[in-house]
Amino acid sequence: MGERAAMKVLSPTAILGYGFPAASFERGLSLRPDVIAVDAGSTDPGPHYLGAGKSFTSRKAVKRDLAHMLRAGRALGIPVLVGSAGGAGAAPHLAWSEEIVLEIAREEGLRFRMAVIPADVPAARVVEGLRRGRVTPMACAPPLTEADVTGSAHLVAQMGHEPILEALAGGAEVVLCGRAYDPAPFAAPALRAGFDPGLALHMGKILECAAIAATPGSGSDCVLATLREDCFELQALSDVRRFTALSAAAHSLYEKSDPYELPGPGGTLDLRATRYQELPGGRVRVSGTRLAPTPYAVKLEGARRIGCRAISIAGVRDPILIGQVEQVLETVRAQVVESTGTSARVLFHVYGKNGVMGPLEPRQEPAHELGIVIEAVHPEQAEADTVCSLVRSTLLHFGYPGRISTAGNLALLYSPSDISCGEVYEFSVYHLLRVDDPVELFPVRYLEVGR
Amino acid sequence: MSTVRLREVAQVIRSKNAGPYELTLDVMFPTEQLYARIRDAGVFSARAMAALYRVPEASILKVVHYDPARAVKVTMVRPLVSGAVGETDVYGAQQHAPLLDLEIPAALVAGEGRGR
Repeated sequence: MGERAAMKVLSPTAILGYGFPAASFERGLSLRPDVIAVDAGSTDPGPHYLGAGKSFTSRKAVKRDLAHMLRAGRALGIPVLVGSAGGAGAAPHLAWSEEIVLEIAREEGLRFRMAVIPADVPAARVVEGLRRGRVTPMACAPPLTEADVTGSAHLVAQMGHEPILEALAGGAEVVLCGRAYDPAPFAAPALRAGFDPGLALHMGKILECAAIAATPGSGSDCVLATLREDCFELQALSDVRRFTALSAAAHSLYEKSDPYELPGPGGTLDLRATRYQELPGGRVRVSGTRLAPTPYAVKLEGARRIGCRAISIAGVRDPILIGQVEQVLETVRAQVVESTGTSARVLFHVYGKNGVMGPLEPRQEPAHELGIVIEAVHPEQAEADTVCSLVRSTLLHFGYPGRISTAGNLALLYSPSDISCGEVYEFSVYHLLRVDDPVELFPVRYLEVGR
Repeated sequence: MSTVRLREVAQVIRSKNAGPYELTLDVMFPTEQLYARIRDAGVFSARAMAALYRVPEASILKVVHYDPARAVKVTMVRPLVSGAVGETDVYGAQQHAPLLDLEIPAALVAGEGRGR
């Protein structure tokens, strides 16, 4: 190991399914990458996708991106790695992604050895960790309870690079990971080849967002990184964008709570001594990043079902109503709850007042027109629908003080006016679990595809 | 004291989730000089940010000045967890607006003009 002078990693897009220009990808391939890797995951789209077992990207878009990557991987004989398959990286997401890979292989006649690495954690394993004091909350998350764990619809852990190393050592040419630490799939081949872990993981940190770290940034364009013994170099693959020292440095701010310390499983990236040097051709050389080892812990993510939602969307333009909208909405809510005895939660989102910022909104004066989203949440969809409908009809005809517009209070946006939204989930677990062995939760399964 | 609004001098003002439980605000400045003056004047103290967002100072978890990107990062507790019932900005991408109108002492931006 460590004989290789450089390793080139091609990242086609910020999220599998966000797409990329074929020309950028081709240019990346012409530079002879050693690896193609992509991140498919994020918690940003919220708890629904993890809880419901659904992808936040479209199947067609994921298949298109994957087909390009798998074809290129086989043509060049280089590994293709996918992190956090299906977005949330739980069993249904992984199965969905695996099915897409198999479909592409069948249609294109591709043959390869594939490793599939699930990231689901049995609830009993987390409860055991909890009882042994090996679970700690992430910043701002509440202490974990056993009910949070057992009530979760899906529970995953972010794997580090170690299970991926195992898959590569096992001869995998395609690696499909469940939930993974975003940089891990990008860094794993380099770590296997003996490159510096601080640099490899920092490279992965940037590549997982592809061209978001270039300027102008894009979540749907390709980037190539070349990792060397003491640095890595970033280059955009489209003429419309480049890397600058500033764009590369600024990326460590993105979606992070601290740009100098980026914690991950088994270590924290320390960027205090990181240097960014601009090279000809819109490239940037990054050096100096160190990995400070920490006790090995994986991040757990869970989501639980809390019921079903129904909404109705309406506008208000009458200034007499707008001037007292809060009191009117509270009175309507109280009236419906009292008349039905419902246990549904009834909420109003008032756009034009504080619909975006809620309690953080500093401005108190409402706009000349308001958009109101009526929301009801209840364990049963039928009850959520009923309550939403009653709140809408009560508000439509409510006789507030000073009312002179006596035909109706709402400009209802649609017919039908009410929408059944289906199941609602919330994050139930966002904690660290100490483990003795980085691979113990992530059993690697191999498939001979097309053979 | 004469002031200018932050939106008139900053290059980037944005908000985003840092995980589902935290909200992070980034402000980037167009020049080293302006960045250094604002950093050294302590414009982005935890107290000032708490006042701007009308939250307890303990809700401001970190203020980090990041020289390589001429940036200030403020990380705060989300009032509601991303995607929770009643929560209104799943990605946390539109919570930066109060910063746009943050008043900066005009003396700090003397000679900078408009920051673009």
